[in-house]
Amino acid sequence: MSMLVDALTSALRTDVIFDKVQYPSSVICCTVPQEKFSEAAKVLKMAYALLAAEWASDETLFGRGFSVFACYRWGKEYLIVRAELSADNPEFPTLTKRYLPAYRFERQIQSLMGIKPEGHPDMRPWIKFEDWPQDVFPLRKTFDASKPMLRVKGEYQWARADGEGVYEIPVGPVHAGIIEPGHFRFQAVGEMVVNLEERLGYVHKGIEKKFESLSWNEGVRLAGRVSGDTTVAHSIAYSIAVESMTGCILSERAHWLRALFLERERLANHLGDIGAICNDAAFAFMLYQLSRLRELLLRTNHKLFGHRFIMDRVVPGGVTVDLDDQGKKDILSELDIVSRDFEKLIVIYDETPSLEDRVIDTGILKPKRARELCVVGIVARASGMNLDCRLFNPFPPYDQHDRLELAVPVKVTGDVNARVWIRIEEIRESIRLIRYILENIPGGPISTDMRMPEPDSAGFSAVEGWRGEIIYWLQAGPKGEINRCMVRDPSSVNWLGLERAITGNIVPDFPLCNKSFNQSYSGHDL
Amino acid sequence: MIRILRQIFRTGIVTEPLPASAEDEIKLVGTKLEETIRKRFSRSLTIRQVDAGSCNGCELEIHAINNAYYNCERFGIHFTASPRFADMLLVTGPVTHNMEIALRRTYNATPPPKLVVAVGDCGCNGGIFGESYASLGGIDKVIPVNIVIPGCPPTPIALLNGILKAVS
Repeated sequence: MSMLVDALTSALRTDVIFDKVQYPSSVICCTVPQEKFSEAAKVLKMAYALLAAEWASDETLFGRGFSVFACYRWGKEYLIVRAELSADNPEFPTLTKRYLPAYRFERQIQSLMGIKPEGHPDMRPWIKFEDWPQDVFPLRKTFDASKPMLRVKGEYQWARADGEGVYEIPVGPVHAGIIEPGHFRFQAVGEMVVNLEERLGYVHKGIEKKFESLSWNEGVRLAGRVSGDTTVAHSIAYSIAVESMTGCILSERAHWLRALFLERERLANHLGDIGAICNDAAFAFMLYQLSRLRELLLRTNHKLFGHRFIMDRVVPGGVTVDLDDQGKKDILSELDIVSRDFEKLIVIYDETPSLEDRVIDTGILKPKRARELCVVGIVARASGMNLDCRLFNPFPPYDQHDRLELAVPVKVTGDVNARVWIRIEEIRESIRLIRYILENIPGGPISTDMRMPEPDSAGFSAVEGWRGEIIYWLQAGPKGEINRCMVRDPSSVNWLGLERAITGNIVPDFPLCNKSFNQSYSGHDL
Repeated sequence: MIRILRQIFRTGIVTEPLPASAEDEIKLVGTKLEETIRKRFSRSLTIRQVDAGSCNGCELEIHAINNAYYNCERFGIHFTASPRFADMLLVTGPVTHNMEIALRRTYNATPPPKLVVAVGDCGCNGGIFGESYASLGGIDKVIPVNIVIPGCPPTPIALLNGILKAVS
């Protein structure tokens, strides 16, 4: 029995009903009465669990109403708590008072599914803009997604700060660089930021709804385009969720190749990020040097796997591209160049006082705050939280910990410098892992045949992408089709961390802080 | 400081030693591009990139044409922060319902004559996202497009090629 299940059953006793159709069996799903949904959160918070995701599903095709889900994480355990809601007047007690990240999850549930979180302190829509018709709830089954929407008149209520000398800076959605769109509103006094309010949703493409019109095999292409820079991790997460529902056992080689792709993606993105962070502190030298190393990796990817970002190479049942001996040699010689130059550059990063002056003590996200916000990935590890799905919820081949001996760096200062150092150490670790994988990769087929999921079953997966934990939850409908695909990119929670980290900093440091978080807009907006 | 100089010196100019096939391609595209840009835009083509709803894959490759290997600045191409200074809008798509107004405003803020290049499969026709309640499809559904650069995402060379096509 797991700790979280123990805690929940001892508090709610017979109210907890365990679900049989949730896969993999290590992730337990239980149903509680609607009015006990918030109480379950209270119990689990006392058991030190963190909230990983919260979402709703329209189950009217099964002849039921709606369901709302909250996924909790504690160490190695995941627990999904579900509550069934009526079809006519769906509402549930809010979790916001127990868990801060529920704040946005629930605004999203309210906006896109039309389910009311009772007692939520902020009922402004999220992702759904003010010019959408009020009664449009895209994730409901009754909604026809193929038709364009009309625009109506409406106004968004911004948070305001009053007082002498307080002024407002609106930024975006079209930013001053080659980045994604989003709106930021600063309330500032002089140079100091009093409050930052984010407004996201500009790149909402209706991804979750789109999944429902695709077959299980087509879905992986869409998953690979949730956030282009994390294409490998998203495809792996989607594939693992589908495979868990169908009981598909992959060959060892397929698992190891996936890990190779995942580590190469982490490596390329971290290299680009460190360069870009230094560039935002006016140290362009690092950007050019590190983007040169990044380009080397992308070229090897293109040569060996046929795509610079290894997009569409991971599919349910395995991978579509193999690696031969020549490929191994190519990667090893490329890694030699990358790791040699990288170490030289890190000495320069560490010894440049003007850079230090900008990155140290800037944009601090304190460990206590990070825990409250339940942030994940590099942001969490820079703020003292020891979280990594590769270690704590290992998917193959990372479950062979005695062989891989993965080391996960954790820093406690929570500033831009800490987030850079987490990346630096992860780059070293990824290089070591890739070398290990190349040396020890087992032989065998690279893909396996897969049957389709059973109706009314659900699959869950958590995969550590380069930003952090990616969660997929899939539900098969009455005919075995995709009824719901919930995607939780790390950005969905980490954006909240940025709002907190920037408060008290000067406005010109915002690009630097933002880059050190480097969250995905597309992965958040879906 | 000495370390920085040594690293720069040791790295040399990487723009030259490309793999043979890619090098020829870049040079061929580049020389033509440089000529056209010199003639038509008096040596500088200024681009404003607009993300109208992409998955950020295309943005990564647009970043890449700025790196030392492709080094688009040597052809006189550079990216600007404001549409008011731009000769060309490089737009990635699909255009989302929520970005439509911002894209129109950016287009209107760009002084004529202006070129619009739609980047990526999604920019061309909506790609995998297609047309739905949230996505309007390709860029040409919202603003007039001169040239499209297909690919998911297009490679840096395809991007340079597309920009050349647009200016010539």
